[in-house]
Amino acid sequence: MAGVRVLVGTRKGAFVLTSDERRRDWQVAGPFFAGWEVYHLKGSPADPDRIWASQSGGWFGQVVQRSDDGGRTWAPVGNDFTYDGVPGTHQWYDGTPHPWEFARVWHLEPSLTDPDTVYAGVEDAALFRSTDGGGSWTELSGLRTHGSGPHWQPGAGGMCLHTILLHPTDASRIFTAISAAGAFRSDDGGASWAAINKGLQSEGIPDPDAEVGHCVHNLAMHPSRPDTLFMQKHWDVMRSDDAGGSWHEVSGDLPTDFGFPIDVHAHEPDTVYVVPITSDSVHVPPDGRLRVYRSRTGGGEWEPLTRGLPQEHCYVNVLRDAMAVDRLDDCGVYVGTTGGQVYCSPDGGDSWAAVVRDLPAVLSVEVQTLA
Amino acid sequence: MTPSTAPHVPPAPGARPATRVVLPYHLRALAQVGGEVVVTGSTQREVVDALEARYPALRGTIRDPVTGRRRAFVRVFACREDLSHDSPDDPLPEPVLRGQEPLLVVGAMAGG
Repeated sequence: MAGVRVLVGTRKGAFVLTSDERRRDWQVAGPFFAGWEVYHLKGSPADPDRIWASQSGGWFGQVVQRSDDGGRTWAPVGNDFTYDGVPGTHQWYDGTPHPWEFARVWHLEPSLTDPDTVYAGVEDAALFRSTDGGGSWTELSGLRTHGSGPHWQPGAGGMCLHTILLHPTDASRIFTAISAAGAFRSDDGGASWAAINKGLQSEGIPDPDAEVGHCVHNLAMHPSRPDTLFMQKHWDVMRSDDAGGSWHEVSGDLPTDFGFPIDVHAHEPDTVYVVPITSDSVHVPPDGRLRVYRSRTGGGEWEPLTRGLPQEHCYVNVLRDAMAVDRLDDCGVYVGTTGGQVYCSPDGGDSWAAVVRDLPAVLSVEVQTLA
Repeated sequence: MTPSTAPHVPPAPGARPATRVVLPYHLRALAQVGGEVVVTGSTQREVVDALEARYPALRGTIRDPVTGRRRAFVRVFACREDLSHDSPDDPLPEPVLRGQEPLLVVGAMAGG
């Protein structure tokens, strides 16, 4: 019987939520790695039983965990994220040079085809890859040594590489996004990179054509149309139809275009989801109402999705990696909140129900669709 | 790995002493041990080297893998003394080397 496995990373551990294809009755397992921050978990598309987890904390640093049995048991793998060569400096908040220092893994992106290959996006921003099941990690240093690197500056959450998109058919093409540098694309498997930020406009950057300095919060792509990218920027929801060559705004009639996550419906490449947040100063939903917004037109025109979501006294946030879609026939949409709720919509966003309500603050949500 | 909690045996002359170490909760969980562990080493560096060799899951958790420095929120105590700022190559206190006292690796009080 088909079903889903939802992987939830929180401030105090990881949880695995499972259900059949109806997505009404759920089994909750966890916490795994209790007491640790789990920024992200993700399963291998090539081997769904293999799941990666980023476990970190202020006391004992970074651990990467791997499960080979669908999240029932876990074992630590390699955690040496040493930058390639002499790392040099980026800009600190005050504009002074600051040495690159590894802090944590924000995002793990498993290869689409090889269960032993996985990418890690880290803070301070860099991209690493393991090809031996996580035993060792090698930096793809062409990204960090991009000519603009010395000018990258952290966002409020740190200078993190938080988004990794792998092209569905062309293994040489990879997209990444960094706060607060911008989006980057490689066409040679990660060896070299180009900034793809043309058309982004960010308040506070005096040069409207600045190559970097944009606080990109998240990117999304539908595998059937990999040249079309959607972006939730600090402010502005953006779209590119030329693999990031240029961007145009599709915020349209959103009540606010500040937010963190963005995702695309599993079967409708023009159906996009965002979670508008009041502002960069007030990270809660407008009017105390948690509303996911859906566009069926590839942006521009948006509708609020509210059925089953709290519509009063709700002051939680949905972080950048805390939204996901499953690939069942009736596409499910999932969001996790900083209040510890994970909501599931089994009907593409029309209606929602809480799967769990009282987890620690949710940092990430991913879903595996199981045959 | 089975926790090593055997009675302490004084080292032979010239041999590295077997040092009792108490790890904090999260590191015991990572190393899958309970209670004290016993490793060979007469300095903090030797003890951490031995811990990382026997329990690879602890690599990078007590000291930064790049700089080799103790993590800021990891403290080291023995005999009611804070050894955190001692040189990692200083000899451990005699009661630790004789197995009378354990070396305590502690997660500093911080956060919420």
